[in-house]
Amino acid sequence: MNRPVDHTLQDPPKLPFEPLIQKNAVITEARWVRVSLTAAALIFLLGFLLMPLIAVFVEALRNGIGAYFEAIVEDDAMAAIRLTLTVSLIAVPLNLVFGVIAAWAITKHSFRFKQLLITLIDLPFSVSPVVSGLIYVLIFGAQGWAGPWMSEHEFKVLFAVPGIVLATTFVTFPFIARELIPLMQAQGTDDEQAALSLGANGWQVFWRVTLPNIRWGLLYGVLLCNARAMGEFGAVSVVSGHIRGLTNTMPLHVEILYNEYNFSAAFAVASLLAMLALLTLGLKSLLEWRHGNELAATRRH
Amino acid sequence: MDIQIRNIHKGFGSFPALAGVDLDIASGELIALLGPSGSGKTTLLRTIAGLEFPDTGQILFGGEDTVALPVQQRRVGFVFQHYALFRHMTILENVAFGLRVRPRHERPSDKDIKRKAAELLDLVQLGGLEARYPTQLSGGQRQRVALARALAIEPRVLLLDEPFGALDAKVRKDLRRWLRELHDKTGYTTIFVTHDQEEALELADRVVVMSRGRIEQVGSTDEVYENPATPFVFDFLGNTNILPGEVREHHIYVNGGPQPIADTAGHEPGPIDIYVRPIDLRIADAGVPSFDVDVLSTQRTGPVVRCEARAVTSGAVIEIELPHLHHDVPALKAGARVPLRLSNFSVFARGKPISRQALPDVVANAPAEYRERARAG
Repeated sequence: MNRPVDHTLQDPPKLPFEPLIQKNAVITEARWVRVSLTAAALIFLLGFLLMPLIAVFVEALRNGIGAYFEAIVEDDAMAAIRLTLTVSLIAVPLNLVFGVIAAWAITKHSFRFKQLLITLIDLPFSVSPVVSGLIYVLIFGAQGWAGPWMSEHEFKVLFAVPGIVLATTFVTFPFIARELIPLMQAQGTDDEQAALSLGANGWQVFWRVTLPNIRWGLLYGVLLCNARAMGEFGAVSVVSGHIRGLTNTMPLHVEILYNEYNFSAAFAVASLLAMLALLTLGLKSLLEWRHGNELAATRRH
Repeated sequence: MDIQIRNIHKGFGSFPALAGVDLDIASGELIALLGPSGSGKTTLLRTIAGLEFPDTGQILFGGEDTVALPVQQRRVGFVFQHYALFRHMTILENVAFGLRVRPRHERPSDKDIKRKAAELLDLVQLGGLEARYPTQLSGGQRQRVALARALAIEPRVLLLDEPFGALDAKVRKDLRRWLRELHDKTGYTTIFVTHDQEEALELADRVVVMSRGRIEQVGSTDEVYENPATPFVFDFLGNTNILPGEVREHHIYVNGGPQPIADTAGHEPGPIDIYVRPIDLRIADAGVPSFDVDVLSTQRTGPVVRCEARAVTSGAVIEIELPHLHHDVPALKAGARVPLRLSNFSVFARGKPISRQALPDVVANAPAEYRERARAG
């Protein structure tokens, strides 16, 4: 019934001092073990994460800062940037709305096949992005189910913006719902019941109680969802058709430039994506630092 | 507002949470729903609020059937065990919530809403803390905000679910007294749920003792304590010794006792259980009806002396509790045989087990602390 709320979660007690690390504590390993394990972890991080990141920027600036900006303001590159932003601007709000609805339905109500719905939400995480893209080819392609009807009405999904939006929305759907479900489960329904007993209608309860309670978790989910929506390659690659200036998103544009041995231009566009990643990471850390208690306890990303 | 509850049934799956509850509550009364967990007390409270819907039955507020009314339209003030304050609002806005969500034509002006919320915060003695957020308050303060928020909608009835359950003992005592004063001042019909018999007896006008989805007894605090209607009520309201006995020729005998300890008040002849509290046992003077016990052990805990003894004839182990300065105490030495009399007791027909947990006889006759453990486990 009423789940006891752990108020320590909301205002965690602060230790008056940093806990001391005891020299002979049972959990402490010998010095050489600690040093070598730490070193191994650092080398791995440097080699596999930091080096490539630096390499992106080094390669991007290899031909000078002028060439860097030229590669970015070039028509096809600008078209790719515009397309990527457009797709995110459609896919992220869609997932915002449906993610909130799904999480709300799952956590505040009980109904049959609830577990099935939770599993379905995870489907895009478990399916290869290429398969996600192929689904749309099978449905909307010339030989697909809806293909003949679509060509009759001159409405293009595949190899056009609608297909890219669909594929991106599909792949990024779980991010927001998955972030909200544990958070809303932990919060329970007492607040909503209190609001109802005070005379609020369903709409008021949602806008004034439910949504403010999940706002930071929601922002966190939107951030991750957006990062993935802009960076998605596999599914988009299958449905886009790689038409320069029309259906090329930034990741696809990077690949084309790279395949044309136009390395510095490829890395210049890639550096934009890398900066987006850094920005997302920074905002994500800021959110965790400021509102960690209000985010879901289990973080999987 | 007076409330009538008529034959409420409510099941969760195959589990009957409420099995035919009838209750009349007078306007302005302060009522405690008392019972162990799983007795249906919280379900009854939530059903009155409209947070649960009964399978059958009626709930009348001042004669008007409310069962079909959704919770928003019942105008009940519900205070949750864990307060359920809106953490993103100041406590002033928490209290104002019920006024702000009213339809435009019924809503007071912003100024009036703020003034009323501030008045209510004064009433619960939190004036000056309007701008605080719930996380910046102590548990007792949060509970008072929750109460002020519930009062803001001028409820027809105030419902409190284990209002002091999450607070520590000292705060709980203060709040209890304070709630009683507030009730006397405001006069709202109030129903609260508790599993703490002391809380129910201290605070309420009348106590409703519940078990397994049914009402065992309704009465004033004195009535339920002095004249428990069932073994369950007797046992739930305090420590209990159970002495096997029998009714014979209009007299009550402790099992194996040579002389009757009392006359019957219309009990059928046959085996009975005599229920007596540890504080209602005294050493008997010569010539007074009594039964002999062997003292097993005596221990003082603070102001009281607890003594364990075994009835000579029946072997039942009983507990005696006395103030440590009582003149009976020196006689209660381990190994001594003393005659005991019952200054107050209840008699129930044998074979009606305590419905709380249906304790096996072995446990029911065991020493008190063992019994407590058996119940807790």
